[in-house]
Amino acid sequence: MNLSGKKITVHDMCLRDGMHPKQHQITVEQMVTIAKAMDEAGIPLIEVTHGDGLGGASVNYGFPAASDEEYLTAVCREMKNTKVSALLLPGIGTVDHLKMAVDCGISTIRVATHCTEADVSEQHLTMAAKYDGLDTVGFLMMAHMIGPEELVAQLKMMEDFGANCVYITDSAGYMLPDHVTERVALARAELRPETELGFHGHHNMAMGIANSLAAVEAGANRIDGSLAGLGAGAGNTPLEVFLAVCDRMGVETGVNLFKAMDVAEDLIVPLMDHPIRIDRDALTLGYAGVYSSFLLFAKRSAEKYGLSSRDILVELGRRKTVGGQEDMIEDLALDMAKARGL
Amino acid sequence: MSKKVKAAIIGPGNIGTDLLMKAMRSELIEPVWMVGVVADSPGLARAAEAGLKTTAEGVDGMLPTMRADGVQICFDATSAYVHAENSRKVNEQGAVMIDLTPAAIGPFCVPPVNLAQAVDAKAMNVNMVTCGGQATIPMVAAVSRVQAVSYGEIVATVSSKSAGPGTRKNIDEFTRTTASGIEKVGGAKSGKAIIVINPAEPPLIMRDTIHCLTEDEPDQAAITKSVHEMVAEVQKYVPGYVLKNGPVFDGKRVSIYMEVEGLGDFLPKYAGNLDIMTAAGLRTAEMYAQEILAGNFVPTAA
Repeated sequence: MNLSGKKITVHDMCLRDGMHPKQHQITVEQMVTIAKAMDEAGIPLIEVTHGDGLGGASVNYGFPAASDEEYLTAVCREMKNTKVSALLLPGIGTVDHLKMAVDCGISTIRVATHCTEADVSEQHLTMAAKYDGLDTVGFLMMAHMIGPEELVAQLKMMEDFGANCVYITDSAGYMLPDHVTERVALARAELRPETELGFHGHHNMAMGIANSLAAVEAGANRIDGSLAGLGAGAGNTPLEVFLAVCDRMGVETGVNLFKAMDVAEDLIVPLMDHPIRIDRDALTLGYAGVYSSFLLFAKRSAEKYGLSSRDILVELGRRKTVGGQEDMIEDLALDMAKARGL
Repeated sequence: MSKKVKAAIIGPGNIGTDLLMKAMRSELIEPVWMVGVVADSPGLARAAEAGLKTTAEGVDGMLPTMRADGVQICFDATSAYVHAENSRKVNEQGAVMIDLTPAAIGPFCVPPVNLAQAVDAKAMNVNMVTCGGQATIPMVAAVSRVQAVSYGEIVATVSSKSAGPGTRKNIDEFTRTTASGIEKVGGAKSGKAIIVINPAEPPLIMRDTIHCLTEDEPDQAAITKSVHEMVAEVQKYVPGYVLKNGPVFDGKRVSIYMEVEGLGDFLPKYAGNLDIMTAAGLRTAEMYAQEILAGNFVPTAA
């Protein structure tokens, strides 16, 4: 694979996707410390919000240690070069949250929908595109669930609503490099040349690096990862590892590798409540194609109702659940416990 | 009862047509007009076949004769954007407007919770909140009538096929209007609504999760009894309204898991979200009709 000379933008997820394994309890102070260290390391873009995006504070997904507004305000004002993004899932957050995040100083808004439901992002992308200079990104989750043609049709819809960048998101960490290649290559061929293309991976099948490289080779220029892999499931593409690989392959990221490694080791790893690794349940997410943030919910319900978390996750995959259906997990566990006479 | 109140349905789409099928079985409502904007719409053709007067000229096409035709109740099954105009026009002709859009210009009505008050207030416009609101607010109210609820949150999961273009274009209206209904009708001090659209095939039946946080320790027995009673109330007009699990108690959290299967009149059974809207709209109209027929209420232009 020859990627030499390619320029990409890496986007760190620790302070958003990393909120899932932290049950949204990262404090404002911790966020500021980490964000400043990332700024110092030259990471160009970081995401900051509740794990489920703006407005995610809820019984269903978990109440965070601070509000999105508090996190964003505190982080944005401390950044010298690093830009800050916020995630918004229509159905959870609204355009009111979007406006608030813009007022806090974000430079990028990412509007995320399930891969077949891009049309629910019209309201939000259209509004975002009206802000002068706001980097407007469409983000299609669980992209393994549909084929390349159908996926690209949805990406184009987001492009039409005003996204200047669209993402193929492997929320379940299910994809293998060939899946990424065919989707990204078709998207690159069909989207407008000026539209940027991104890939967001999860490491549930240990494919984070390989999939991200496949994405870059097929034409993606934005890659999500998180230092030390802090993210849902087995985490996101471990960013310091990806940066080292990019460096060896001659891909230009503009990030100081050793400083990034130090942030991962010195700040992120000590923050973890449990090791972010491919344990049996995280592997099941990738294997069965299940939304990565279901992991801890399945573990908790399994413990509460005396079930196997793997059984719960496999069933959630069989029922083709999508991102946001965390409420289904306790309901399903109750059904399974009843059926087993527990 | 032989006498019925005449009604018009504005919007001959899926909702309007399903509503028509239900209204034709009603002992209190007689649908006489179907109003559309597209001349060759299949919905208008079906209504004409059923013997209704039809127009493709919008509400304006019905206005000149609606009073002479005896229309006293109108249902708006179009969109929030045109609702206010529609409502003003039919109100001027002395007809009550039952709003199935999320426009929410009139007071909210969730039949088993506040239908009686809505009708007592003799409002000329009542709003049916949202599909998610109709499915979940009764459960919030079932908890809040037992003890104070500081926070009510609902998650409505609907099949992709049952989420129409109107809902998709303005999904924020769903979350805002439903959250407001959780507070104003459900009785929670603060409300939050989440909607998830799932494209699985075969389409999933609408499911709803209701989480309430009570101010004090929940009275488990009283809440459980209240929830079962409320489910029975909703089942009077939506037989497929089923308590799947719960109430589950965890500290001050009360969680209720529902499934809503529709009657399958015009809309498929999985679209319980749409069925509960049309059924609630009709039930509201029937209550108004009772008052009108009893001579307690004469709808008049404001």
